[in-house]
Amino acid sequence: MRGLQLSLNKGQKLRLDRALERLESLSSKANSDASVTVADNISVDYEDAILKGHGTAEMDGRVVATLCGVVERVNKLVYVRTLRARYKPEVGDIIVGRVIEVAPKRWRLEINFSQDAVLMLSSMNLPDGIQRRRTAVDELNMRSIFEENDVICAEVRGFQHDGCLHLQARSQKYGKLKRGQLLTISPYLVKKRKQHFHYLDQYGIDLILGCNGFVWVGEHVEVKDDMVEDLSNKSEQQNVKSWNMMGDEEVEEIYTPPETRQNICRTANAIRVLSTLGFMITVEVVMEVVNLSISLDLDIHEMLGAEFYVIVAEKEAERRSMSTKRR
Amino acid sequence: MEYVNPEGLRLDGRRPMEMRQLRAEIGVVSKADGSAVFEMGNTKVIAAVYGPREVQNRSQQSNDQALVRCEYSMANFSTGDRRRKPKGDRRSTEISLVIRQTMEACILTHLMPRSQIDIFVQVLQADGGTRSACINAATLALADAGIPMCDLVTSCSAGYLNGTPLLDLNYVEDSAGGPDVTVGILPKLDKVTLLQMDSKLQMDTFENVMQLAIEGCKAVASYIREILLENTKQLESRRGVK
Repeated sequence: MRGLQLSLNKGQKLRLDRALERLESLSSKANSDASVTVADNISVDYEDAILKGHGTAEMDGRVVATLCGVVERVNKLVYVRTLRARYKPEVGDIIVGRVIEVAPKRWRLEINFSQDAVLMLSSMNLPDGIQRRRTAVDELNMRSIFEENDVICAEVRGFQHDGCLHLQARSQKYGKLKRGQLLTISPYLVKKRKQHFHYLDQYGIDLILGCNGFVWVGEHVEVKDDMVEDLSNKSEQQNVKSWNMMGDEEVEEIYTPPETRQNICRTANAIRVLSTLGFMITVEVVMEVVNLSISLDLDIHEMLGAEFYVIVAEKEAERRSMSTKRR
Repeated sequence: MEYVNPEGLRLDGRRPMEMRQLRAEIGVVSKADGSAVFEMGNTKVIAAVYGPREVQNRSQQSNDQALVRCEYSMANFSTGDRRRKPKGDRRSTEISLVIRQTMEACILTHLMPRSQIDIFVQVLQADGGTRSACINAATLALADAGIPMCDLVTSCSAGYLNGTPLLDLNYVEDSAGGPDVTVGILPKLDKVTLLQMDSKLQMDTFENVMQLAIEGCKAVASYIREILLENTKQLESRRGVK
């Protein structure tokens, strides 16, 4: 199994295999043979008009797959949903990325796409929250906002006519991410939902499941919407600096308590376990694994041991079989 | 030297039209986008694919298609006598080029403009037919990386020794100095993307030998397909529905 280099003993291996087999049998009941590989024929009704989507091509009048994945049909549209491919951006997706270059009026971000994304200086809110034209001074001070290797959260704005992918960060919830961990998982494991920002209040941490497979686990920060506050109490705003004023000594001095650090690591390890096993990652599942590890009284480092992988796989199989029964 | 004995068996005990044991494994390099190990008998090759990713050298970037790069190398320990320079010699450069051209023919490069795809193949154990094994490993790795392709490329070699066409030559048969035909095909489209031959062959025997190699390619293709389908099903079932 990919990335799973565990020294399982005989019993653990047997249990893991059994759990995975159970998962397989559950899903094969749910969807019949929809998996295809490269150059497999996709059976379609040629009487009806069809639309060929991503991952399909026409060969000798037949529809064939150009990718390995699962065939999905939406009305007339037939497409192949890939597993284990790079991220394909869609407008409005929330993503986490890393700055690799500060260029004139823009930052270049690595987001696990086939090319780097561009975040324009003009398509983000300035830290002081004031709406105005970006001047040459702002351009010179770009490094005070984001530097190289900073981790950033933003939203996909769309493709420009020159083919570049543009991002935007027009809210206080977007911006630089600090005091936490970045995890890279396969994008197919992240399900697109309404909510990608999660505040786990019992642990005091933020969890951002980026659609591009970059997951951020960090200390919780209060998001202030300066736009509203600006109008009401501007004078106060100047005294109380907002959280994402970069390079401030005051901000640097904020200390992350050890419990929060441990919670961050625990959550991160839960995500590592789930992604190695190839299970879908949602906030509920992550929390379940975290709580499981706490109830088993495991240390954080023990979560990456073979036994915990087996337990998680067994629990997942149980959970899924329960949910199918209920249906 | 006798390469086919009177009973019709080869030096390693195979029949003339028999292939070596195939084995493939997907996802062996965790940081790569796609990776695979492919074994044909004692020949063992590892392939890793990175990309599509941002072009490293801006001057090579093209706005309508992806750039495909390939690097072939042989591990120092891959052959019996330890070699000093594992890459950069003429042979590796040539094979890199061959693999790149073969893979470029099947990748739908126009779907990934302004990006590059890097294919790294390394021979871990060399026992003849490294070229074919490399191409097969690269195909698997590309499919694993989710790169759109019009078809899988598969490759196999065949030779002609002692008046018999032989499929899938091993090192001893390869170094006999006889004709050695390496064929790469797109099995579904029935097209040839690679055809290389050492030494000479008569027209009519060549056709037989090439046909044999094509049969070998098809056998490899069905094996690769099986592996990929199993892998896809496994990933999908693990991921779970909703």
